[in-house]
Amino acid sequence: MGTTLAEKLWQDHLVRKGENGAPDLIYIDLHMCHEVTSPQAFEGLRLAGRPVRRPDLTIATEDHNTPTLNIDLPIADETSRIQINTLRKNAEEFGVRIHSLGDADQGVVHVVGPQLGLTMPGMTVVCGDSHTSTHGAFGALAFGIGTSEVEHVLATQTLPLKPFKTMAINVNGELPKGTTAKDIILAIIAKIGTGGGQGYVLEYRGDAIKKLSMEARMTICNMSIEAGARAGLIAPDETTFEYVKGRPHAPEGQDWDDAVAYWKTLVTDADAVFDTEVDLNASDLEPFVTWGTNPGQGLPLSATVPNPEDFADETDREAAENALRYMGLTPGTPLREIDIDTVFLGSCTNGRIEDLRAAAEIIKGRTKAPNTRMLVVPGSARVRLQAEAEGLDKVFLDFGAEWRNAGCSMCLGMNPDQLKPEERSASTSNRNFEGRQGKGGRTHLVSPLVAAATAVRGKLSSPDDLENAAAALV
Amino acid sequence: MEKFTTHTGVGVPLRRSNVDTDQIIPAVYLKRVTKTGFDDALFAAWRGDADFILNQPAYKNGSVLVAGPDFGTGSSREHAVWALKDYGFKVVIASRFADIFRGNSGKQGLLTAVVSQENVELLWKLLETEPGKEITVSLEDRTITCGELVISFEIDDYVRWRLMEGLDDIGLTLQHEEDITAFEAQREGWRPKTLPAKTEPKQPVVAARPVE
Repeated sequence: MGTTLAEKLWQDHLVRKGENGAPDLIYIDLHMCHEVTSPQAFEGLRLAGRPVRRPDLTIATEDHNTPTLNIDLPIADETSRIQINTLRKNAEEFGVRIHSLGDADQGVVHVVGPQLGLTMPGMTVVCGDSHTSTHGAFGALAFGIGTSEVEHVLATQTLPLKPFKTMAINVNGELPKGTTAKDIILAIIAKIGTGGGQGYVLEYRGDAIKKLSMEARMTICNMSIEAGARAGLIAPDETTFEYVKGRPHAPEGQDWDDAVAYWKTLVTDADAVFDTEVDLNASDLEPFVTWGTNPGQGLPLSATVPNPEDFADETDREAAENALRYMGLTPGTPLREIDIDTVFLGSCTNGRIEDLRAAAEIIKGRTKAPNTRMLVVPGSARVRLQAEAEGLDKVFLDFGAEWRNAGCSMCLGMNPDQLKPEERSASTSNRNFEGRQGKGGRTHLVSPLVAAATAVRGKLSSPDDLENAAAALV
Repeated sequence: MEKFTTHTGVGVPLRRSNVDTDQIIPAVYLKRVTKTGFDDALFAAWRGDADFILNQPAYKNGSVLVAGPDFGTGSSREHAVWALKDYGFKVVIASRFADIFRGNSGKQGLLTAVVSQENVELLWKLLETEPGKEITVSLEDRTITCGELVISFEIDDYVRWRLMEGLDDIGLTLQHEEDITAFEAQREGWRPKTLPAKTEPKQPVVAARPVE
C-alpha cells in the first residue's frame, strides 16, 4: 500500500521513532517567531542556560501588536512596546534574524516566509501561531505550536509528536466566477465543523484545487485550523515551483534541480488510503459568509439568518442561540440585508497581493458606502510596496478606504485597530469569535470580493449585487 | 513541572460548546511577557456578567472545569493554559479538545480529561444540583469521582506518564542529541537557511497616517 503526502513528509523528518508509546522525534526545517508567543520561550532558554540550536533555521518578525499607522513613531501602547522590544532584545541576544517594523520585509509571519522563499515544498515549518498551517500550501508539513513547544524547537530544532491522522478533502468541478478559495474553505468548515479536523492533516485535492494560484492555496490551508485540523496540505506542482523560483532564498543551479526532483516525489501515492475522505463540488459553491461566532457557522450569501430551532442537535442549537444573541441578528433576515460598519481587508488569510488586486478591481471607479469604513492592511510591507507600485493604493484611497501599514491588525485587535462594542464587520480574516476583533465586536468572515462589494453597498454583498461588476471578475 | 497523581476540588459546570481561546483569554491580555499573572484575564469578557458561573460564590474557587465539546479551539496561545492554571484550575473535563490546546496543557501540567458528552451532562447536572460539589480526578486510575458517580476518562498514555512523573520535554529530547546531530548531517543542501539573510533590495516604507 502506498503512502500519503503527509506520511512521506513525516518519514523524511523522522529523527527517531518513538518506542513504547513515546512520540516520534520530528526535525523542524523552519521556525518562525513573533513577539506574542516567544518571550516566555526565550526566557525559558535563558533560565536553563540553553542557546538557540539553529539560529540559521529561525526567523522573527513583528506583526501581532504592531500599529498600522505612524510606524515611524514610538509605539504608543506601553505593553505592546515592551513586548516588541523584548523580541528585538531576544533576537539580538540569541542571534536570530529579525525583520522589525519599518523594514521592507516586516509583516505577518505567514506572508513573510513564502515571499522570502523560505517556505518551500517538503519542509516542516512551525511557528507559535495556529495559522502556520498556511505554509502547507507548498506541500510542507506546517503547524502551529504553543510557547512550550516554541522553547522546545529553539533548544532542540525538533518536536516530540504523535503521527497525525490523514483526511483527503476532494474539491472537484469548476469554481463559479465571483467565488474564491475563501468560499471553498468556509464551505468546508461549515460542512465538517470546527472540530471535524481534530487530530488530522487535511490534504486538499482535486481539479478545483490544482487550478488555484499559490495565494489562493495559502488561503485554504491557512484556515485548516478553523476546522480543528493540525495542518493543511496541497501537493506541490508547477504552480508551486514557479512561485518559489527566483525568490531570495530559493535554491539555485544544481540545488534547484535537486530540490525540484525531490519535490516532484511529494504526492500521495495512487494506492494510498486516507483515514477519512470528504468531497466537495466546487461548481455548487457561491460566496459564503459566516453569521455566527465560530467559523463553522457559515452559509451562502443568498441564505437567511438561520433559526436555532431548526438545529436538530442540542449543542448546535444552544451555540446558535448564543451566537445570534451576541451577533444581534434575527432569524429569517436575508444575509444580504445585514448592515456593515467596517470592512477589513487583510490578515494572513487574505492580505496578499492577489487579494488586494481582486478587491481593487471591484471598487475601482466606485464610491464607498457613506456609513461604512474600509481598512486595507497589506499582509507585509513588501505587499504594500508592490501594491503601491501597481497603483492599488490610489484605487483604495480614491474609493475612500484607509491604506495602512502591514500587520495582523484588526484580525485579532491586539493593536489599536479594533471594533467598538456592537460594531459589525465584514472581515477577510479567519475568526469570528466573540470579541476577537474588539470587545463586543461582531464579525462576518468573507472573501476579498465580498469585502469589496460590501464596502460599496454598506450591506453584505457580492460583486453580483453591483452594476457592471462582472467584467472585473477574473 | 509538578507531579500530578490525583486532585480534588470544586467542579465548575461551563455549559458552552466551542469555548475558543479568545474566550479563555482575549488577545489584549497576551501582551505580557511573563508566564504568570493571567488569572484576571481568564474568561475576561464573560466575567463582567454577574451571572457567569465563576461569579457565583459556590463555584468561585473551582479547580475542575467541566466544559462542552471542542474546548480550546482557535489560536495556539499557551496563555489560555496559563490563565486557567493561574486562576486555580488543575483539570478540564470535556468530550473533545482542540489539538493545540490539549498539547499545551500537557506541557504545563493542566490535565485535560476526555469523557463522553453523556458523562459531561451527568457531571453538569450533579454540579448544578449541588453547587460547590467537589470532584476527585485520579490520573493514576483514570477516574473522575463526583459523589456516587465514578467515570473513567481517556488520556494519551505518554502524556499521562509525563504528567505523573512531572517531566520536562526538552530534557527528555536532549537525551537524544546524538540522533539530532546525525539527522542534521544528512539534510539536503537545498534546504533553506535564514542566515545569512537574503532579501529583495531594501526599500523605504512610508508610514501611513490617520485620515482626517
